[in-house]
Amino acid sequence: MSASESRPPAPIAGGAHAMGPTYADVNRDVLATLRVPGNLYFAWMCVVGLLLTCGILAWTYQIFMGMGAAGKRTPQMWAMYITTFVFWIGIGHAGTLISAVLYLFRARWRTSIYRAAEAMTIFAVLTAGLFPMIHAGRMWFAYFLLPYPNQRFLWPNFKSPLVWDVFAISTYLSISTVFFIVGLVPDIAALRDASTGWRRRLFGLLALGWEGSDRQWRHYRRAYGLFAALATPLVLSVHSVVSWDFAMALVPGWHSTLFAPFFVDGAIFSGFAMVLVLALPMRHFFHLHAYIRDRHLDAMAKLILVTGLVLTYFYICELFTSWYSGDHIEKASLFWRLSGTYWWTLFTMYFCNCVSPLILFSKKARTNPVILYVVSILVLIGMWFERFNIIVPSLGHDFYPYTWGIYVPTITDSTIIVGSFAWFFILFLGFIKVMPSLSIVEVKETLPAPIKDTRHAGHP
Amino acid sequence: MPATPETILGVFAHVDTTVRALEELKAKGYHDLTVYTPVPVHEIEEVVERDRPVSRVRIFTLLGGLTGLASAWILTAWTSLKWNLVVGGKPPIGFPVSPPYIIIMFELMILFGGIATLIGMVMLGRLPKFRPSPSYDSRFTNDRFGVAVHCAAERAGSVREILRAAGAEEVRA
Repeated sequence: MSASESRPPAPIAGGAHAMGPTYADVNRDVLATLRVPGNLYFAWMCVVGLLLTCGILAWTYQIFMGMGAAGKRTPQMWAMYITTFVFWIGIGHAGTLISAVLYLFRARWRTSIYRAAEAMTIFAVLTAGLFPMIHAGRMWFAYFLLPYPNQRFLWPNFKSPLVWDVFAISTYLSISTVFFIVGLVPDIAALRDASTGWRRRLFGLLALGWEGSDRQWRHYRRAYGLFAALATPLVLSVHSVVSWDFAMALVPGWHSTLFAPFFVDGAIFSGFAMVLVLALPMRHFFHLHAYIRDRHLDAMAKLILVTGLVLTYFYICELFTSWYSGDHIEKASLFWRLSGTYWWTLFTMYFCNCVSPLILFSKKARTNPVILYVVSILVLIGMWFERFNIIVPSLGHDFYPYTWGIYVPTITDSTIIVGSFAWFFILFLGFIKVMPSLSIVEVKETLPAPIKDTRHAGHP
Repeated sequence: MPATPETILGVFAHVDTTVRALEELKAKGYHDLTVYTPVPVHEIEEVVERDRPVSRVRIFTLLGGLTGLASAWILTAWTSLKWNLVVGGKPPIGFPVSPPYIIIMFELMILFGGIATLIGMVMLGRLPKFRPSPSYDSRFTNDRFGVAVHCAAERAGSVREILRAAGAEEVRA
C-alpha cells in the first residue's frame, strides 16, 4: 500500500522538519510499519509458532493423561497454572493504566505507546483466559464457568470469589476490547484512505465509514472520556478481585487484607515491564525513535521504579504483619517460605523486584534501552515468582502437617507455560503487521497543529 | 433550507485558516457546516461546539450503568432466594444488598455502561456509514482539514468567496 498519497508535499513540511514530525509524516511512518515484513520477522514467527505447537501438544497430552501429568497432587492443586494465570492478568493492567488512567490525567507521553499497550492488555487477558480451562482438566466442561443454573435451579454461589473472578475478567476483557476497537476506528479510516483494492474495501468496512466529521468526533471524544472513566475503577477492581481468590481463603500466607493493593501495584509493575519488552524492539525495528522518545522510556522507567518501591514496602509489610500477628501457624508458614524448599524462589523474587529496579534511579539507565530491557525481563521473572511464592509455599505448608506437600514441575506443565508465552507473542507479532501499533490520531494530537500565520506573518 | 441545496467544500492545510473560515461563515449566518479533521483540534472544536449542547453519549452511559447495577442486584437476590442456602453463616440476601454481591453489581455496572456508551457513540455519530459523504476527501484522515458548507445554490458564490479569502487551498462543489 502506498504510504504517501500522490500529492505535492505540504508547504510546511520543510520548515517543520526540525520541529519534529508533521501530520503527514505520522501517517507515512505508521503505514511503513505495515509493510511486508522481512526474514527476521518470519524467523521469529517460526520460533514462536514452534513453541506454541509444543504447548498445544503438551496440553493435548495432559487432557489425554489427566492432571497428574501436570504434577498436580494434593495439596498442590493450583501450582503453576494459577501462578501463570495471575501473572498474565497482571500484565494486562499496564495497558489499561496507560489508556485510561493516564488519559484522564492528560499525561501526553502515553500517546505513542498506548496502542501497543492496549493490544498487550487484550492478548494478555486472552492468554490468562486459557488457564482456567487448562487448569480445569476437563476443559470440555469450561462452560460450567458461565453463571447459569443446574437442572435443580441451583445457581452459582455469587458469594464466591471465584465467581467474582469470572465476572471481573469477562468484564475486563469486554471493556478493554471495546476501548481498543474504538481507538482503532479513526486509524483504520486512515489506513483505508491510504490503501487500494481489497484492502481498501476491508479497511472501509472495519472503519465503519469513519470520516472524521465534527459530528463523529464530538460523540467519539465524549464516549472515549467515558470509557476511560469506566475503565479506571475497573482496572483497579480486576486485580483486587483476583487477589480475593486468595485473600478470602483462610490459608496462612493468603488471608490478608494487604492483598488487593499489593496485587494491583504488582500488576502495574509487571505490566510496564512487559510494555517495555514489547515497545523497545518495536521502536528499534520500526525506526520509531521520533515517536517513542527517550522521555517516554524515562517516564515508563520511573513508573517501574515507583511501583517497585511500593512493592518493596508491601513485602516488608507482609513480613511484618505475619510476625506481628502472633499467630503461630502464620509465622510457621512464613518461616517455611523463607527457609524451606522454595526459599530460592523467594530470594529470586526479592532480587528481581526490589533490587534490580533500583538502577533506574540513574537517569542514564532510564534512557538506555539495553539496561531497561534487562531490568524489564528481570521484573517479569520476579513477578512470576511472586505469584509462585504466594500460591505454592502457602498451599504446601498450611494448618496440619499431614496436609503438607511440595510441588515439582513436570515437563508437561512447563511446556504449557512456555506455550502460553508463545500464544501471547504470536498474537502480538501478528497484530503489529495488521493494525497500526502506533496510534495515528493520538500521536498527531500531541504534535503542534499546523499553523500558517506563525511562519508567514503578514501573508494574506 | 431552500429547494436546491448545494455543498461547497473548502480544503485547508492549517488550523488557523480553518478557524478563520468557520468564524467568517458563522458570522455570515451559515450554520449548516460539516467540519472534517484528521484529529480533534481544540481550536476548531471551540468554534464548532460553541452553540451546541454537550454530546448525549453520557445519557447512554448513565442508563447502561444503572441497568447493569439493577440487573446484577436482581440476579443475585433472585437466585439466592430460589434456594435459601446459608453461605458463611450469613442470610441468603442482606438488605439492601449483601456485601459480596456488590462486586457483581460493580462489574455489571461497568460492563453495561461501557457497552451502552459504545452503542451511544455509534448511534449518535450515525455509524456505521457504508457510503462516503459526497464532500468527503481521503486527505482528511491524513493532514488536511475540510469545511463543507451546505447552502442554497444561489449563495454558493459567496461561500466560495469566504472560503477562498480565509485561505482554503482548494474549493470545490
